[in-house]
Amino acid sequence: MNMRVAMTSNYFEILRGGINTTFQDKGRENLYHIGIPFSGVMDNRNFLLANKLVGNDLTAPVIEFAYQGPHLRYTGDQLNFVITGDVIFKIKKKDYEIDGDCYHSYHLENGDEINIISTNKSVYGYFAIGSEIDLKLQWKSCSINTKANIGSNNGKKLDSGQKINLLKINSDKTLKKVNYINSKIENLRVIKGTNFDYFSDEGKKIFFEKEFIVSKLSDRMGMRLEGPKIENIVNTNIKSEGLVKGVIQVPADGNPIIMLSDHGTVGGYPKIGVVVSVDYDRLVQLAPGSKVKFQEIELSDAETLFKLYEMETKNLLNQI
Amino acid sequence: MLKNISNLGDAALYCDFGIQVNKETNLEVIKYFNTIREKKIKGINNLTPSYNKLIISFDLRVTNFSEIKNKIENLDTTIEQNKNNKKIVVPVCCEENFALDKSRLEKKLNLSYQEILTKFFDKEYFCYMTGFIAGMPFLGDIDENLRTQRLETPRVKVPQGSVGITEQFANIYTFDSPGGWNIIGNTPLKVFDDSKERDPNLINPGDTIVFKKISRHEYESSNDK
Repeated sequence: MNMRVAMTSNYFEILRGGINTTFQDKGRENLYHIGIPFSGVMDNRNFLLANKLVGNDLTAPVIEFAYQGPHLRYTGDQLNFVITGDVIFKIKKKDYEIDGDCYHSYHLENGDEINIISTNKSVYGYFAIGSEIDLKLQWKSCSINTKANIGSNNGKKLDSGQKINLLKINSDKTLKKVNYINSKIENLRVIKGTNFDYFSDEGKKIFFEKEFIVSKLSDRMGMRLEGPKIENIVNTNIKSEGLVKGVIQVPADGNPIIMLSDHGTVGGYPKIGVVVSVDYDRLVQLAPGSKVKFQEIELSDAETLFKLYEMETKNLLNQI
Repeated sequence: MLKNISNLGDAALYCDFGIQVNKETNLEVIKYFNTIREKKIKGINNLTPSYNKLIISFDLRVTNFSEIKNKIENLDTTIEQNKNNKKIVVPVCCEENFALDKSRLEKKLNLSYQEILTKFFDKEYFCYMTGFIAGMPFLGDIDENLRTQRLETPRVKVPQGSVGITEQFANIYTFDSPGGWNIIGNTPLKVFDDSKERDPNLINPGDTIVFKKISRHEYESSNDK
């Protein structure tokens, strides 16, 4: 077969785009100062596992979906794919259909379909393809930021009728799996924020003792929470200053907002706390309606816990 | 002067240059920002300068708070920097349909629109920072008599190119975006251009901005539009 034809004839057709389906990788560095956020995958561990399970470079682009994922039809030569997260999906072969398992890679043949029905009591799932994808990068990253229209696919989410063209399919098509179950998080560990003293004693007590509920108004930019109002006794505005992922801002209405991967790079609401790095992957998976509590933690403990989490991720990757 | 360094979570430094928001404080922030950028310190993956703060984000896999804090405290900022700050002329049309908050501002400031515009166009502005959305410049300081609060209820969509004022600052919306600034006009100038990956922002911190009033005809025949 002519090599050039083979390279251009492998593709997915998107039969249904899903709710918020985007290409993501590890994101963009050193652009906060011009107003461009980090972006990148929301759940880093599931991203790394997905790539390892199909034999990709660990930071290769993947398809991230939220709640309902895409329905895709494949045309081309055999390749491997995997889905990670807590996801319900079906694989439709020529004569039969099976329920897919997360963290198991599968072969995909010409004409097969993958229907990613939904995430299960979680938000994000990852679909990795054992192939190079034909993507235009921006600032060395494919990560789509739909608010600023930055990244592959003109910065827009994937939609029905579109095609995903593949370049070079990985030669190793060994099927791989790993045993992994996503754990849920109920206590978000936080380090006190730089405006912690803007809040009344009662407000501080509420913050660390009461339950908050994840609101429907949550997306890749931020997670809004609802609960008892956290009273501000100093000023409900600060001079705009930089933000980082995990910062919990409390605007005048008293309801906390947690900054996530696509957050605005500066903000003018007081920062009551910052969710620690070790809890990010599980934080983003909290679906609307989930109940959470905040728990104070010291910096040194947060650093140790993150090291342990990284070791655990490495161990998982080494099992593949 | 850099007054205090604390941690913002476990993967960022919060550098406080004092409560004063003025050009002098901001230039100090920018000096640190430029010096740290040039040093390319291992593990630092983002710098966010603002009026009087600098946030330094780092990769917790590579380094940690005390390591970076130590490096920042011992930073030599006395080295002469390449000052390539520019002066940029930004044309603005303040006619019907562009001056979204004309009547609100007239009422709030108790000035005629003509008086508002005269005061607005009569000054040179300094870019303190860029951000929130890609390339949005935060400029100051506007005339004392033009200072007012944000809208009580922010707009869901402020049109791209809108020029807004609030408190002592002015800005330019680089994208259609939610926002609560008082809109006095619109520029046809492309302030953020993502096809220029090396330098997508037309306006950078430290730059000087001059606004120039243009007619609707000039707006519509502008090359950027």
